[in-house]
Amino acid sequence: MAPILDIRNLYKNYGATEVLKDINIAIEPGDFLVLVGPSGCGKSTLLNCIAGLETISGGSLSIDGRDMTHVSPKDRDIAMVFQSYALYPTMSVAKNITFGMKVRGVDKATQARKLGEVAAQLQIEQLLNRKPGQLSGGQRQRVAMGRALVRDPKLFLFDEPLSNLDAKLRVEMRTEIKRLHQSLNASMVYVTHDQIEAMTLATKIVVMKAGIIQQIGTPAEIYNRPTNLFVADFMGSPAMNLIPARATREGAATRLEIARNSGPPLVLMDQTAPELPDQIILGLRPEDIAEAGFRSGSGVQEAECLVDMVEPAGADTFVVTSLGGKEVTARLHAETSARARQHLSLAFDISKASYFAPESGQRLN
Amino acid sequence: MPEWLEKQLPKLVLAPSFIAVLVFVYGFIAWTGWVSLTRSRLMPRYEIEGLVQYSKLFASPRWDTAMNNLVVFGLLFIIIAMVLGLLLAILLDQQIRTEGAIRTIYLYPMALSMIVTGTAWKWILNPGLGLEATVRGWGFEDFTFDWLVNPDMAIYTVVIAIIWQSSGFVMALFLAGLRSVDGEIIKAAQVDGIPTWRIYSAIVIPSMAPIFLSAFIVLAHLAIKSFDLVIALTGGGPGYATDLPATYMYAMAFSRGDLGQAAASAMVMMMVVFAVVVPYLYSELRAKND
Amino acid sequence: MTDLASSSPPRAGWNRRLLRWMLYAILGLFALYYLLPLFVMLTTSLKSLEEIRAGSLIALPRDVTFSPWATAWSSACTGIQCEGLRPYFWNSVLIAIPAVALSTMLGAMNGYVIAQWRFRGANLIFSLMLFGCFIPFQVVLLPMARLLGMMGLAGSIPGLIFVHVIYGIGFTTLFFRNYYVTIPADLVKAAKVDGAGFFRIFWSIFLPLSLPIIVVTVIWQFTQIWNDFLFGVSFSEAGTQPVTVALNNIVNSTTGVKEYNVDMAAAIIAALPTLIVYVVAGKYFVRGLTAGSVKG
Repeated sequence: MAPILDIRNLYKNYGATEVLKDINIAIEPGDFLVLVGPSGCGKSTLLNCIAGLETISGGSLSIDGRDMTHVSPKDRDIAMVFQSYALYPTMSVAKNITFGMKVRGVDKATQARKLGEVAAQLQIEQLLNRKPGQLSGGQRQRVAMGRALVRDPKLFLFDEPLSNLDAKLRVEMRTEIKRLHQSLNASMVYVTHDQIEAMTLATKIVVMKAGIIQQIGTPAEIYNRPTNLFVADFMGSPAMNLIPARATREGAATRLEIARNSGPPLVLMDQTAPELPDQIILGLRPEDIAEAGFRSGSGVQEAECLVDMVEPAGADTFVVTSLGGKEVTARLHAETSARARQHLSLAFDISKASYFAPESGQRLN
Repeated sequence: MPEWLEKQLPKLVLAPSFIAVLVFVYGFIAWTGWVSLTRSRLMPRYEIEGLVQYSKLFASPRWDTAMNNLVVFGLLFIIIAMVLGLLLAILLDQQIRTEGAIRTIYLYPMALSMIVTGTAWKWILNPGLGLEATVRGWGFEDFTFDWLVNPDMAIYTVVIAIIWQSSGFVMALFLAGLRSVDGEIIKAAQVDGIPTWRIYSAIVIPSMAPIFLSAFIVLAHLAIKSFDLVIALTGGGPGYATDLPATYMYAMAFSRGDLGQAAASAMVMMMVVFAVVVPYLYSELRAKND
Repeated sequence: MTDLASSSPPRAGWNRRLLRWMLYAILGLFALYYLLPLFVMLTTSLKSLEEIRAGSLIALPRDVTFSPWATAWSSACTGIQCEGLRPYFWNSVLIAIPAVALSTMLGAMNGYVIAQWRFRGANLIFSLMLFGCFIPFQVVLLPMARLLGMMGLAGSIPGLIFVHVIYGIGFTTLFFRNYYVTIPADLVKAAKVDGAGFFRIFWSIFLPLSLPIIVVTVIWQFTQIWNDFLFGVSFSEAGTQPVTVALNNIVNSTTGVKEYNVDMAAAIIAALPTLIVYVVAGKYFVRGLTAGSVKG
């Protein structure tokens, strides 16, 4: 199938500053692409470039096989939902939703029919005569979605649409967007700085930093096999433990030696690791460090550690210890007997380990 | 509409105004500047002769009076209007029940034309039938208030009139400033047991520095441009006693037919305004663009 | 702001009441100071000349007469003509209405472009326009007189309209720019995606939002233009003078007896339009004043 969105070698400069560098992305129809990264990474600029709201300085961009590089937003067959919702303040909800059709000269009957469909779909029928100022945050969000849905575009663009909602509503709307995506089977590009949103919504994630794509992949790929230290640190909460270690070859296996504040170093053996340099960073997710006896498998190895802190979080209890001069978090079950300033035997699942080069930050395995 | 036209539309819409400003503000300033360097009399001449008009200007006793008047008038006006405005603002800030009505009364002169203000005060201050006659009528036979016709004092009548007109405006500016001070800081000071007058003098007023600055700019600007008020109140008289640079310029341009002098005096006025306004605008714009 | 007045400890209630009383007395005194000139103008305009000569400035008229008002309106002399203020009042109306409308419209479009369609150099253009607000107009008086002469507009009402529009654009642009700059840029983006163009977005989205700033701008411009004297006196001739110039001529006319009551009636007539605007829409008037100064 032809990609619905195809971005090739896209560059964007503001004067002498490069905001986006050599962006290459292609997504299939029905994909849910999430652009994620810290603020200032260029993800919103990229979305504006896709929408045609910003001109691009180099490269090309096509939507559904048509070159859109120099086409104005209104002719790109896209719809967009904004962070501030950008509802037209003097128009009623109904007028907000039909404004685009009115501008395009769609006849009144069609406008009314589509408005009815969308209003029913989003359950905002009772709000149609209100002004945006009279709506709650969640209702505005729905109206903004309605304005996009009614267009039935080739591509939906979302610019951090949930960041102005409170935590509870955000989770609700997240589910709703996901349901919408599944029922419409539409193609969507979604910008967020919230990595949980990215994980839950995306079929494909693009992680960006300083205008450069760090990694493109499915949520599972990004989570399990981060391509560099930045992605490893950015995706996942609590973040992946990144522990400096010394690697030496012992036959077919690799011996990992991790310094501790007191006592002998912690030694872990990896049977499947590739050839590693002497100094490495070992990446282990908190859930890959469990209480001894609760995890089994070929890579699991147990060791006594001094617990610095215990943080119960309801379903899980997080335990913080210190390894290689870094705070290391382990995700334990809720009923753990771990106590601060006491020793606890932890199980490290080394089969899940990621290895990174300390200088370049690149993944080694 | 073609694509390129749609893209250029914002610039096209702004262009006429921009060109108008370029020509009618900056072009005209340049023209005046040019003429001020020539020996133009009734008709403009364009041969540059250097600074003759300026040396003539600064040698002229009438211009000397006008500049002196500007300093006296400007300083008195600005200081009194600011003090009065601040005082009234603080008094009005004490939860006055009729604040709205009082504010309306204090501020209405600002809606009047300077010509109207001048006419009114000319009548009130005229010694024959105005204030002087009235007080004498009360039995104070020796009361004299003839500033309007006294060459040494006439400039102060202009000060009286302009303060009447614009002090309410200064009050409104300061009142808005007082109200914008962070309430939590004041609560903290009250909890610390600091007396009210100290809260004003040590916390509220210092935090209003930007408002003092803009009030100063507005008033200075008003003072330098003052023209109508003098014309209506004293006509520049008695003699030239209340001439200001603005009236001097007007007299040279339209009654004396001395374009060179008019242009030179206008340029000096503009430099005075710019010396006051440019640093302020510059900082404002810089703060805005950040 | 937090209530500073009630912060004083509740020591002697009597003491406090005295202080409040003094406060109101001072405020009342100042109210008198601001009102007195208006009061004097009004009473003087209702007195006969004999009563003015005989009585005191602040005495109420014994025999109220409206003839000074009639004279001021229709037969007072402004130099050699004796048609009263009426023709000049209408001149001012004819100047103010188109000049206010045009400069407000231009300001709205300019502000819209500068605030929402930023392009390289837009800020420089805005700064240049802003500086234009602050020049003393004396510096453009001479070339403008020559230009109006060349255009055949010297001494004409269209000429005065032109001048007021040109030198009003700076402020009107400033007002609209500062208003539109607070409207999130996403609104224009959303409308662009919806397919609307430059004028459509202005007309359907920005203009309906603009009522408050239009009121502020119209009031500001009207007050400025109605009260203008410098342009009026420089660029008009006998039949086209605005009301401020005519008022000044009436007051300073040297023919015949000095009719103070007529002068005062004429002054009130000249002041009435802006005074009414102030009383009706004072809130917007003050907003314009402070916007023109604080945010300038």
